[in-house]
This record gives sequence, structure tokens and C-alpha cells, in this order.
Amino acid sequence: MSTATDTIEEFTGQEYKYGFVTDIETEMIPRGLDESIVRLISSKKNEPEWLLEWRLRAYRHWLTMDEPEWHNVHYPKIDYQDSYYYAAPKPKKVLNSLDEVDPELLETFNKLGISLGEQQRLTGVAVDAVFDSVSVTTTFKEKLYELGIIFCSFSEAVHNHPELVRQYLGSVVPYSDNYFATLNSAVFSDGSFCYIPKGVKCPMELSTYFRINAENTGQFERTLLIADEGSTVSYLEGCTAPRRDENQLHAAVVELVALDGAYIKYSTVQNWYPGDKEGKGGIYNFVTKRGKCMANARISWTQVETGSAITWKYPSCLLIGDNSVGEFYSVAVTNNMQQADTGTKMIHIGKNTRSTIVSKGISAGKGQNTYRGLVRMNAGADGARNYSQCDSLLIGDRCGAHTFPYIDVRNPSAQVEHEASTSKIGEDQIFYCKQRGISTEDAVNLIVNGFCKEVFRELPMEFMVEAQKLLSVSLEGSVG
Amino acid sequence: MALLEIKGLHAAVDGREILKGIDLTVNAGETHAIMGLNGSGKSTLANVLAGRDAYEVTGGSVIYDGKDLLELEPEERACEGLFLAFQYPVEIPGVNNTYFLKAALNAKRKYHGQPELTAVEFLGLVKEKLKILHIDQSLLNRPVNEGFSGGEKKRNEIFQMAVLNPKLAILDETDSGLDIDAIRAVADGVNALRSPERATIVVTHYQRLLNYIVPDFVHVLLHGEIVASGGKELALKLEKEGYAWLEQDLAGAAR
Repeated sequence: MSTATDTIEEFTGQEYKYGFVTDIETEMIPRGLDESIVRLISSKKNEPEWLLEWRLRAYRHWLTMDEPEWHNVHYPKIDYQDSYYYAAPKPKKVLNSLDEVDPELLETFNKLGISLGEQQRLTGVAVDAVFDSVSVTTTFKEKLYELGIIFCSFSEAVHNHPELVRQYLGSVVPYSDNYFATLNSAVFSDGSFCYIPKGVKCPMELSTYFRINAENTGQFERTLLIADEGSTVSYLEGCTAPRRDENQLHAAVVELVALDGAYIKYSTVQNWYPGDKEGKGGIYNFVTKRGKCMANARISWTQVETGSAITWKYPSCLLIGDNSVGEFYSVAVTNNMQQADTGTKMIHIGKNTRSTIVSKGISAGKGQNTYRGLVRMNAGADGARNYSQCDSLLIGDRCGAHTFPYIDVRNPSAQVEHEASTSKIGEDQIFYCKQRGISTEDAVNLIVNGFCKEVFRELPMEFMVEAQKLLSVSLEGSVG
Repeated sequence: MALLEIKGLHAAVDGREILKGIDLTVNAGETHAIMGLNGSGKSTLANVLAGRDAYEVTGGSVIYDGKDLLELEPEERACEGLFLAFQYPVEIPGVNNTYFLKAALNAKRKYHGQPELTAVEFLGLVKEKLKILHIDQSLLNRPVNEGFSGGEKKRNEIFQMAVLNPKLAILDETDSGLDIDAIRAVADGVNALRSPERATIVVTHYQRLLNYIVPDFVHVLLHGEIVASGGKELALKLEKEGYAWLEQDLAGAAR
């Protein structure tokens, strides 16, 4: 086994490359969680009374809830009193333009490959960057504003567009939804807000970049995206975090509203720090993502999940309006000690609603990968159709793949199809490629990319390449 | 200079010695057949030459095209022009056959410091080879070996060989599991690719493949050693009389 193992060990040498910490002055509030902390967060952000009330309702409800245990992930009990719920880079003064943003912070984003400056104009991607809890800057705001598109931090939206926030906040994921979403509702610090007016086709990819920097902070961001009637938008979020030995909690909520005839494409490339090989450190990623589709609307979720010690997320679609369409394309990778329990829910309520689920789980090392999905055809969902495909790829013999597809059909005219497969990358496949002149690394990439092809092609072009690279880095050292 | 020169080659699998001193010289343009019963070490020899991990070389030397073959990684051997047509070609789901072959060819070109072929150039090459081998174009767009019949898999191996244009082609039990029509089709492909620059080693259990791929030399492998070498008539004798007489000769020699 000598030759292959050597190559693989070389291959493994590369470590999580976004693990740096930015040395920046941070404003934190006291550790722990109680009503006064919720009030403090709200007052730090100068929030209106209604929002504080909403947070408090969520907090009080959270106290009555138990942390879920149905999932197939295992972790030591989280001490919610041992975390900081708000951390913001200390502004040196009030910022008027990008030039005034702390250079350290800009450097961080440069390292991450996100330029908030002029370069963005070339790539045509508008970015809202969230650093720890606060949205740092939103590029391209003015250009978008000319079209009536609002793309800003959540806090700004609360002040500048309170009517929209108030109307839609919690309309897809109510504050009482689940343990982690409820916690988020109480303590969320910032996030992104986006509104696309009627009939507008957003001319560029909108993108949010999340980064957890401060130690022992939870990141609780909240994204609210509203696509008004007949509008179209493509949105991408990316995530990284420094390497730390402690686990950090990330409990985000994303709400999408697609009004009649609107189309939202929401793509995620999640690369939070996964912890080291022994499973020390890493992000606990407990995220609630859901969209609702009104008549003829379409929501398409595409996710590439390579990071986090634990991934717990089920981007879902409520297909309320007739003829609405929900899609979920997912690649989830677990290597070393990573665990993922991810999938989707497609709730068919309207007539002739359609949904497609394509899930690709890749397990390597001692990784455990679970697909969990629900397809529900309500009584009124005449002619509704679903197609699901869940494939698992195993690399090595110490990892695991699990599939829990729940199907609940209450309408006799509905059609549900489910296909599943499990396969394994073998020494034979690698050797076959090598005998044709292809190196081990390229062979693994070739095989894995072939496996993920149906999902990758759903990603916006500029992120497809990034996703492929990310996947190859995540799987380094997984064959041997 | 010989293209391939094997001297006193010993190899083991899981600590058990399978090859016990192989000597074999192959020149460019020649076709050699290696015959033997199951377990005689035929496939081991093919896999050792290709550099498969599980096979441990415990002695001897192999000079290939002036280089110490045993020092090279499997992918370097491939790039140097050594091709193994597998007994059991593996399936790679989702990876397009054309894409795979292009990756292989470009890896080889890169190794030799040549620029990668453009998509158009590559497709031109591929179509030319399909035509020579009388293979249907639909093969190109299917995932590598996935859902292929036994015959299609073996023909796909020969097709890959045609595109990669090796100096030394080793066909490992290419006839196993094929009916007579499929054997003929594969053999026609191999014959179409014969050239004075290329050497071919045909590893087989049965003589019938050699009716179609006529060898210049036949070697018989028994218990990890070459016990007899000759022309194509040696294969016919084996077909008629089996391997038993060789066993007896060997036993006699030992006494």
C-alpha cells in the first residue's frame, strides 16, 4: 500500500486554510443568556419596541422547549450560559464609506477571497458581509437601489424598511418553530435582508458572506429574502470560521418568500471549520431554512456542505400556491469526525405543485452522513408530484451513511418517486484511474465530481469551480 | 534494446510468493502470449508490471524502455506508455467516458510536456479511433463502464488503448466471460492496433483467443515460473493435451 498511502499523506498535509483569526478590537456583551441579554442586544441595535417584544416572546418560549434529540448526531450538551451572544468589531468611528472600514477587517475578507471594493464590479456579485454578529458593509447597494432592490443588513432593514420586516419576519419560520430557530429569534444579531420588487429580475448574484471570528461567540444571523410577484433572484451564501479548539454554535434562520410567479435560487457553500482529525473544535451548525412559494412561484435550494463539526439543516419549501415548484440539490461531505444530518421538507399544499430532491452524501474518515427528508402531499394537493433521489458515497470503511426518507401522502392523485443508492470508492477504481495516467488526487476528484455532477450543475457558474475545489480539499487524505 | 526485460522477478501477495523468478524479453512489434492455469501467476505478472499496490516485488528487475519500471508509480508507468486492459474493468458512475479518457490522455500529455488537447482536437481523435474499431459513438456519452455488458467493457478497454496509444499493451484475460462473437470483436480491435512500435502481451487461460490474436511467442506459466516457451504451435499443443504433460515434465526434472 506504500505508494498510494504516501501520496495520500502528502495530500492530507493541507489544513483548513480559513483558520486564521483576525486581531481586531471586539465589543462583547457579558457571557450567558437571560432576558436582560435579549434586551441588551435589542438596545445595542436601537430596535423598535415591537421587535424587542418579538424577541422576548421567542426567549420565553425557548425556556419552555427541550433541545431536540431525534437527530442522528451526537455531541456533548451545549451550555447555553457559557457563550457570548453578541460580538461586534469595535468601530473606530461612524462609517460613511468602504474606505473607512477597519483595514484589518478588509484584509480578512481579502484573505477569504471576497473583495468588497471595486473588484466586485467586475465579478458582478453584490456582497453583504457579516463578521461575527454585525453586517460590515454591503457592496453595490446604490446600483441595486436604482432597480428598487433592497439589499442590506438586517439591522438597517429594521430601521429603513420596518414595514417589510414586520410583515414578513417569522412568516415562514415562526419564532416558536424549533429549539434552535427560537433561540435565534431571541438573540439574532444581524444578517441580510433582501427585497426584489414586482417584476424585477435581479441583474447580479447577491451574496452574503458569514464569518465567525471572536472566541466563544455564537453566530445567530437571520436572513429574510422577499421576491415580490414575478421577480427573479439568485442568492449565494458562503461561510468560514477560524480554527478554535472550542466548539462554536451557529444557529441561523433563513426565510424566503416567493410571491406569485417569483423565482428564488438560493445557493450555499458552507465551509465552517470542521474541527481537527480527532474531532476537537469545529462549528455546530444548527440552521433552519425554509421558503414559501405562492402561486406559480419556484424556490430552488442548492447546498454544498463541506464544513462544520455538526451540520443540522433541512432547507425546505412550503408549496402553498398552485403550480408552485420546490427544488433541493445537496452535496454534504463528512470527513474525519464530522457529522451531518441534513435533507429537506417538501410540503405540497397547492394543486399541481412539483418538487425535486437530489441529495448526494459523501462520507469519509469516520464521518457520519444522514439524509433526512419529508415529502408531504396534503389532501388538497391534487396532481402534485415529487421525485427524490438520495445517493451515498462511502470512502474507506470507518464511515457511515444513513437515509431517513419520510413520505406522507394524503391525496390519491399525488405521485411520489424515491430512488436511493449507496456506493463506495474502492482501491480498484483508484488503481484503474492511475493505470490510465491519472494521479490519486485527480482520481478521487474525478470520482466524487462524477457523483455530485447533478448538484454542481445547479450552482451559479462562478461558484461551481469553488465548490469543486472545496470538495477536493475537504476530502484530502480520505483514501488510503 | 528490448522494450521490456524482466529478470528473475519474484513477487508476493499477502506474504505468499506467487512469482518465483520470471525471465522474459519483449521487443517492440512483438506479440507474446502468456498462458497458464488459474493460480499460475499470470494475472499477478500483469498487475506487478502495472504497479498494483497489493503486489510486493521481492526480487529481480524489470527494465522498460530503458527505465527501472519498478521505481515508477503506476500513473508514471501509464504515462510512459504501459497499458493494462483489465480483466474486470471497474465502473465509475457519473463520470462520462469521454471526460475520463480526456483526463487520461491529457495527464499523459502533461507528463511529456505537451499541451493539452482542445475539445475539438480530442473529439476528432476519438472519432477516428471509434471508426477503426467499429465501435458505436453512443459509448462516448455513457458513464465509464456503468451498465456495460461484459463484451462492451472489454471493447471499451481496447478503445481506451487505441486513444492512449501505448508502447506496451498487456491484455489480462481479455477473453474471460465473453462469447465467441465478442471475442472476435475484441480481437479485431487488437489486431487493428498492431504496429511495429507497439508490443503486446496477451494473458489468457485458453488458446481460443490466440486463434484471433496470433502471437509471435507463447510462454507457459506454471507455479510462478515460465516452464516452456515456443511459437504459436505451443498454444495448440496445450489446447489439445492440456497442461498435465508440463506438470509431469516438471516433476521429472525435479527428480
